[in-house]
Amino acid sequence: MNAQQDTKISARNVNVYYGEKHAIKDVSVEIADKTVTAFIGPSGCGKSTFLRCINRMNDTIDIARVTGDILIDGEDITDPRVDPVQLRAKVGMVFQKPNPFPKSIYDNVAYGPKIHGLARNKSDLDEIVERALRRGAIWDEVKDRLQEPGTGLSGGQQQRLCIARAVATEPEVLLMDEPCSALDPIATAQVEELIDELRQSYSVVIVTHSMQQAARVSQKTAFFHLGNMVEYGETDRIFTNPEDPRTESYISGRIG
Amino acid sequence: MSLTLPLLVIIVLAIVGSFLARRRALSVSGGDIRHLASLPKQHGLNAILSTVVPPLLAIIAWLMAARIMEYRGAAPLWVPLAIMALAVAGVVLSVVKVSNTFRARTASETWIKGLLIGASTIAILTTVGIVFSMLFETISFFRQYPWTEFFFSTNWSPNFRGNSDLGIIPLLWGTLYISFIALAFAVPTGLFAAIYLSEYAGPRIRGIVKPAIEILAGIPTIVYGLFALTTVGPFLRDYFAQPMGFGDSASSVMTAGLVMGIMLIPFVSSLSDDIINAVPQSMRDGSLGLGATKSETIRQVVVPAALPGIVGAVLLAASRAIGETMIVVLGAGAAARISLNPFEAMTTVTVKIVSQLTGDTDFASPETLVAFALGLTLFVITLGLNVLALYIVRRYREQYE
Ligand SMILES: Nc1ncnc2c1ncn2[C@@H]1O[C@H](COP(=O)(O)OP(=O)(O)OP(=O)(O)O)[C@@H](O)[C@H]1O
Ligand SMILES: [Mg+2]
Repeated sequence: MNAQQDTKISARNVNVYYGEKHAIKDVSVEIADKTVTAFIGPSGCGKSTFLRCINRMNDTIDIARVTGDILIDGEDITDPRVDPVQLRAKVGMVFQKPNPFPKSIYDNVAYGPKIHGLARNKSDLDEIVERALRRGAIWDEVKDRLQEPGTGLSGGQQQRLCIARAVATEPEVLLMDEPCSALDPIATAQVEELIDELRQSYSVVIVTHSMQQAARVSQKTAFFHLGNMVEYGETDRIFTNPEDPRTESYISGRIG
Repeated sequence: MSLTLPLLVIIVLAIVGSFLARRRALSVSGGDIRHLASLPKQHGLNAILSTVVPPLLAIIAWLMAARIMEYRGAAPLWVPLAIMALAVAGVVLSVVKVSNTFRARTASETWIKGLLIGASTIAILTTVGIVFSMLFETISFFRQYPWTEFFFSTNWSPNFRGNSDLGIIPLLWGTLYISFIALAFAVPTGLFAAIYLSEYAGPRIRGIVKPAIEILAGIPTIVYGLFALTTVGPFLRDYFAQPMGFGDSASSVMTAGLVMGIMLIPFVSSLSDDIINAVPQSMRDGSLGLGATKSETIRQVVVPAALPGIVGAVLLAASRAIGETMIVVLGAGAAARISLNPFEAMTTVTVKIVSQLTGDTDFASPETLVAFALGLTLFVITLGLNVLALYIVRRYREQYE
């Protein structure tokens, strides 16, 4: 229980601007290690934007500007001296839309391990790929067609391939932006199982539009609304006894 | 009687017909256009199209018929009369047909589709016409000159008093050698420029550099040729060919190849730039999100994703290189020769087509007719390249749609 309380990520007064648009307004949050944290909130409230701050993916958007501090293991990752490339090896991400590379299924998963030199030889790599595909709950469907293009899979399979690709690099933090929005109930259950398993060793942040999913998989929940983080706390409490009237109306389906 | 009057009549009838059809549509609807299956303006459009299209087709048909029957002089009286009759019939029928239930919208769609089919047919028929015009001359060439000699002889020495050697191989060799050098220069340069523009340059620099590169594409090839003749050729001769003992000719394969390469850079770079930009941002994000650097992302994800399109661009550039004439005349000379030395003068198929058709020509001798055989061979080669390029580009498009 004690380990769960260690802070992995600590965001202080984070603001994000897209040009003139103020997309994240002064958000501060402590995300614990070995915990699943859910971000919920209506569409366009800034969940993805905030998630992208944590691995500095907003650097790739010309008009985006981020202020404030984000500490991972006590190190300020917004410092310009921090290499975003190294950071992203540590903080993996599954995107809202599946984005497999136009390579074979095998090469999609092997991409990260190859870049970071995680495999010493071919059989090492084979093992890493198989393990990642199993964790992504897609091994059985693709084990006979590893050399076929990843873009030829169905949308839900592609998303699970992207999950496998992200876990293959063994990140310490995994950011998942609506990982189950394209999945059927069975695959969703498998991915949720994976999230639960990842929690043993990593810190997982998941954006979801499904309250049930947030309630099922997460221990902490943050509710975003119009760029503000309105409420943050234990998942059980947020869902049974929200403090803020906006959280209450969102959970009961009145803000959409 | 000339065809001016019928043309005028068609225009006037179309205007009148459109007006009448609208008025009639309004009156049959009893003032409430919701009773009509089609709007009054659609009845009007239908009237215009059915008045204009059939007579225009008839005019074209008559022009072709007159050519085929070798009819000279003004058209006989019945032709303009028939054309005007068609126009009148169009007006009358379309106005009479106006009713609450007549679907003028569908009818005018049919006319428009007909017009569009006509336009694309013209494009295709012209190409077919070009091929046939060359085909007939080529056939009469091969009646006078053995095709084995043409395709396999390594000697090109036309002689207008007869007894020529007309082997295509030295010309093809020059063509391919020069094109190869041009592509070897243009493809890496153009591709790197495209990668810089689409991945590294900020919007301001991009806004300046991209048009600047594209200006190169607007320079007429004869100007490139002059550049080759007066600057590049002497430069290469004085600084490379002579000191290294490769000969002392300013006209050389190298000169023409380099200058042609410069000409092709904007072609390769702007096509590749479009293709690289079409690679979805989400793919770059996926790679960057895994901790890949920018150049790893470009090398391992962006370029492979764009590769089929880039290959298509290169093949299109190749077919331009093969068809280029002016740069070769001024840069590489006119001597048909097979040699590996890139500093020697050589020549290409296109140059020889021009030289066989200029001066005293008699369109019956093999020395002249060979130009058509050369042209057709070139056409087949570039057609093959273009088909291949289009096929590859199309395959690439399907990947993301
Ligand atoms: N690249 C961008 N450029 C400009 N504005 C952006 C960009 N990305 C997001 N925004 C804006 O920032 C706000 C937050 O967007 P964000 O994608 O973070 O929302 P979200 O909470 O993830 O929504 P959803 O649930 O629909 O995914 C939105 O108003 C959006 O219009
Ligand atoms: Mg989002």
